[in-house]
Formats: sequence, C-alpha cells, structure tokens
Amino acid sequence: MDTSALIKQPPLSATEPESSPEARPVPAEQHETVICPSKGWQLLNVRELWRFRELLYFLTWRDIKVRYKQTALGAAWAVLQPAMMMVVFTVFFRGIAKVPAGNLPYPLYVFAGLLPWSFFATSIANAGNSVVGSERLITKIYFPRLAIPFASVGAAIVDFCIATTMLIGLMLYYAVFGGIPINFTAEILLAPLIFALIVLAATGVGTLMAALNAAYRDFRYVIPFLVQLWLFATPTVYMDPFQNNPGTRMQVVLWANPVAGLIGAFRAAMLGLPVPWTHLFVSAFVSVMLFVAGCFYFRRVEDSFADII
Amino acid sequence: MHPAISVENIGKCYRVDHAVERRAYKTLRETVTSLCAAPLRRLRNGAKGRANEDFWALRNLTFTTEPGERVGIIGRNGAGKSTLLKVLSRITKPTSGQVRLRGRVGSLLEVGTGFHPELTGRENIYLNGAILGMSRRDIARKFDQIVDFAEVEKFLDTPVKRYSSGMYVRLAFAVAAHLEPEILIVDEVLAVGDVAFQRKCMGRMKEVGKNGCTVLFVSHNMPAIETLCTRAILLDRGSVVREGNVPAVVGEYHRRLMSGQPQDQAGALDAPRPHSNRKLFCAATLLDEAGAPTQYIPLSAPFHLRLGLDVGEPIEHPLIGVGIDDVFGQRVLTVHTPAAGCVIERISGRCEVDCRIAHLPLAPGDYSVKLAITAGGGELDAVERALQFAVTDGDAFGEGRGHQRGVCIAASAWCVHASGSTRHLEPSV
Repeated sequence: MDTSALIKQPPLSATEPESSPEARPVPAEQHETVICPSKGWQLLNVRELWRFRELLYFLTWRDIKVRYKQTALGAAWAVLQPAMMMVVFTVFFRGIAKVPAGNLPYPLYVFAGLLPWSFFATSIANAGNSVVGSERLITKIYFPRLAIPFASVGAAIVDFCIATTMLIGLMLYYAVFGGIPINFTAEILLAPLIFALIVLAATGVGTLMAALNAAYRDFRYVIPFLVQLWLFATPTVYMDPFQNNPGTRMQVVLWANPVAGLIGAFRAAMLGLPVPWTHLFVSAFVSVMLFVAGCFYFRRVEDSFADII
Repeated sequence: MHPAISVENIGKCYRVDHAVERRAYKTLRETVTSLCAAPLRRLRNGAKGRANEDFWALRNLTFTTEPGERVGIIGRNGAGKSTLLKVLSRITKPTSGQVRLRGRVGSLLEVGTGFHPELTGRENIYLNGAILGMSRRDIARKFDQIVDFAEVEKFLDTPVKRYSSGMYVRLAFAVAAHLEPEILIVDEVLAVGDVAFQRKCMGRMKEVGKNGCTVLFVSHNMPAIETLCTRAILLDRGSVVREGNVPAVVGEYHRRLMSGQPQDQAGALDAPRPHSNRKLFCAATLLDEAGAPTQYIPLSAPFHLRLGLDVGEPIEHPLIGVGIDDVFGQRVLTVHTPAAGCVIERISGRCEVDCRIAHLPLAPGDYSVKLAITAGGGELDAVERALQFAVTDGDAFGEGRGHQRGVCIAASAWCVHASGSTRHLEPSV
C-alpha cells in the first residue's frame, strides 16, 4: 500500500530549515562529458593529456622521490649504476675482448653508449610494470591512463640527465688531464634531439608492454628477458659493429633495431665522432612507428583496464 | 536548465567464465592453449563453444539529476550501486547506453587514492590533490585549510606510513573535501573513521552541496541519506526501481528488505523453536481500532496485539513480554507484564492474551515483534519476528504535516509569554 499517497508531502522547505540550495550562476561555457561504450581504435587525446600535465609531473616526481627515499646514497645511484657497468664493460670488452674504440679511452666510449642504453632498459622495464602496479589508482579514479607509463619514462629521463652530467664531467677530465683530444663539435647539439628519439622508442615499447602486461600477466616474466635479448641485439653499446663486417643476419638486426642506430648516433654526437646519418634516419623512422603503435594499442585496450586488472 | 547528470539506458555486462580451471587473471599461455584446443572443444560442445555467462550489473538504467540536487543512491549489496558510480566516474565504460555530465566531476570512491606510504603528509597532499584533479596552484592556495581540516599540522613532514589510521583517513578526506567540482560522486567513504570524523564529513558534503554542487551519494547508512539528500534512487539488480523523495524511497527499500526475509508470519510461529520443544505461542494478530486484523497502524494509533497461547498444564505467575524491533533488528520498545498493576495469576490450556499500548510512539516504518514468556525464573518460550507490521505516516498531532525526522514521535505543547517575564518561549516557526 503506497502510503505516500495518503499524505500531501510537505514542501522541501518545510523539512529543511535551511533555504534550498542556491544554484551557482551557470558558467557560459560548461564542461560537458559524454560517456559511451568503448569504440575500439581511438586517437591519442592530446588535449586531455595536456589538461592532466600537472598530474603527469606529480606522478613522475612521486616515482623519483620514492626511489630515493630512505636510501643512503640517494640520487647518486643515478650515476653509480652506469659507472659500475662501465667498469665491468671496460674490464671485459677492452681488457679481455680487446675491442677497439679508435683513439678514445675505452671507459669513455662505453659510458657514452651505456647511458642511453641504461635509460632505455629502465624505461621499458618500469613502464611495462607500471600499469599493473597502479592497480589501485586505475580502479578508483579517472585520468588518462597513458600518464602512467609516461611517468615511468619521465622518471628515467631525470636519471639520465643526472648521469649525463657525469658523462660531461668525464669528457672534461679526459680533455684536460688525459691529454686526449676530444672534439667538442657542433654536433653535440644534436645529442638532445637524438635523445628525444630514444625517448620516443622507449615510450612506444614501454606503453606496449604495459598494455600487454595488464591483459596477460606472463609479460611480467617476458620483460626482463626481452631487455637482456635487446642488449645482445645492440652491440653498439660497447663497440662499433660495422667495423667488424657483420654478416647479413646481424645487419638486419642492426638496421631494424632503432636503439642501435640511436645509441651510435648519440655517442658520435657527444664525443665528436662522425655521425652515422643513414642509420640515424632509419632508426628515427622506426622509433616514431614504435611510438605510434604502442600508444594506439594502449588506447585501444585502456578502457578495459579497470575491469581486468 | 539542463540536467547536470543525464543517464540514458546504460547497461554494463561482465562475462563470467565457467571454465573448469579457474584463474584470477588471464595468461598468454592459457589463451594460446585455448586457441589450439578450441577446434576440439567446439566439436565436443557443438555450436555452444565455451560456456560463458553474461552478468549484467546494470541494465537499462535511466535517471537525471538537476544541478544542485543531492541524490542518494541506495540498494542492497549487488544492486549495482558501485558499478554505476564507476561508470559515472569514467573508470569503466558502459556496454550500452550513454551518460552526459555537465560540469567537472570529482570522484571519491575511496579515501586516500594514490597516497604513497613513503611520502610525507605534505607531499601526499600535493600528490592526492593532483590525482583528484586539482591544479598545483589550487592546492597551494588551499593548503592551510586542508591542514586545518585534517588537524595533522605537527606531522606534516613525517612519512604517511607512520600515521595512525585515523590521521590517515582525516588527511585523505581533508584533501578530497576541498575539491570544488560541479558534480561530486561519493561512495560510502564515510564508512571509515569515528563518529566525529563522520559528522565532519557530512557537514562538509552538505556545505559543498549548498554551493550549487550536484552530489551523488551512495550509502547503506539510511540516517545519513535522510540527513544529507534531497532525493533518493533505489536500485535493484541493476535498474532503478524507485526514485523520489527520500522517506518514500527509503521506505520502499525497507519494504523490500523485509519481504526478502525467509520467514513469513505464520512460519515463525509454526516453526520449531531452536532451544526447546514446547510451543506455547500459537498465534499473534495485530488488531486495528475496529478489532479487525491488520498489518498497518497509523501514526500514534493504539497498538492492540492479541496473542494465542496453548500452554497445556497451568502456569503460575507467567511473565509475558512483547518486544518491537526495527528493520535492522534493533530493539525500539519492550513491554511486559506485570505492567501498571496487571498481574496474570495463572494461565492454562488455550487462552488469548491482549496487549494494548494506548498510542504507539514509533515513527513510520516497518517493524517486527518478538514474543517471550517466562515463569519461575526460566524462559518457557520465545519467538523472534512473530509478527511484522508497519506504522504509516499521517498527521498525528494536528500539525498539518506528516512525520518529521526521528525514530519516535511525541505530542508537544507550546506557549508564549510576554517579554519582560522571567521565562518565555518563542513561537514555533
């Protein structure tokens, strides 16, 4: 029996002593959002990413802060890690394998290759696990999901910048004290651009890994394996592979692997060696393709993250 | 004026897998093996293939909300409330239908979203604020207010993992409370925290609502809904079953809850008693003023309960008690003999006992009756939920309006004295 029909319901103001809510004057341009079912392939929503740029900054800042909280050495680790790798590589490749490096001191040669490689490896590893690691965020609040892997790459960029100061320091040390003629050519200005391309490649692969990891959890095990494999496919880090007349198989790998060309070009730009232009352009093209593919795939599946994570 | 929230026929479907091997998440290995095994499985199961079931958490859900309204969404567990909020917060996409939101949306589905235990309170305020959608400038501007609201000034620079749970929740809500969206969506965040905190939260939400913000509030806490909301929507199995003013919708919610109880009226009295074999109570009927059986009592009307007893051998000085419980099983009223000098000397065989309360002081709602009889210090029989009835709304005291808020009712007398005397009462508004 519907008892509310028996009684004339008292007006709102009678039950609430406070006055009825005063509507705020409606702004001329109201922000309207339409939510509808997933559409499959969708473009990158750059405007939305720009609106959330501060969130991207904060997520990057959080990743960096957290990494160095409660550590004794703090940000020094950004430099120590590649430095230790440099020592290992020098001992092995120069000392044992006797890899030539022109008239450059081998530690410097390998460090200049290790820096961008270190950046690439940590980017894709962290980005790959970032979406699954942010499960709580994704299921509780809305923001463009691309910000998550982008923030991981951002944190790696900061580490890279810190480590580059050590590279420049090394270069100056060798130039001043080592007596080695390091050519500080104008091509050094190319280095940031080449690095930007490496960022694109890392973001593309990292984003792809992140999306795949969210759907298929075994990718958590694939990622470290993939990184190791990729290092073998990038001998450019510790030598100049074209000097040793590589076979066709190696040639295909070197040309298809964007990081090989970009690292080689980065090192050449920083240390004043001749820049491998063709290789650079091919790698640049592949990097852009990787970035586009990664982001498009991510956008396609991001709507289902909250349901599958 | 355009509606602030316009939900048009949305549906949300989840695929429930009925596979023999259940795993928490998909793995690549599984997908590959199922692809290879698929042709075989198709042969075995015929055209059906894999046994999947579609679970529609939301189906054909439609409602609108005007700007400035505070809407409460209620329903049983599994009705689809949280799924609806997830769709409105853009966390998950609907399978069908469409939603239009006019204004910036602030979503509080959990307190402390994004809080990182290693970061300090100050850092987490900025991080959480950014995650909720506030700009850095906004956060900096409101920083002092947030710290004030949370009362954690001393511990701003300690990592949040050292905070007590109360401090954590206060800080988290303080940041969220200073969001100024045009549409605020809140999901039972008030379930955590102590009473003082909950009161603070409610106060803040009311304040925010009064500034013209549209609030969508999901809760199981009916008093909170009744205090805060201007309108309510009842969900059941993914659709809207009732919407309108809060008391009506809450009443419908209670009615559905009660009708879902496994025991019905006759069943409770006929059912075997859990602790003994004797069944002394065999009937319980509520009578209206004319003496006819009824299930509804008007506000403040007499409560006349007739109990049928079949005691067999005589019982000396029995004490009979009647307890009235609300929908949540909370006791609201107990009456028993001896009362006002009515002492029952003895009862034997079959008899009927009448219990009368002149004016039942209970607020409109659904209630159930518990019966008990004791003698000589021992309980002879007790029946839970022997009878269910409802008190209906009405104008009990000639006030010209229905029941106001509260759990019980009372008649009141007012008078005005001229000023200058020692005591005076202001006229009622």
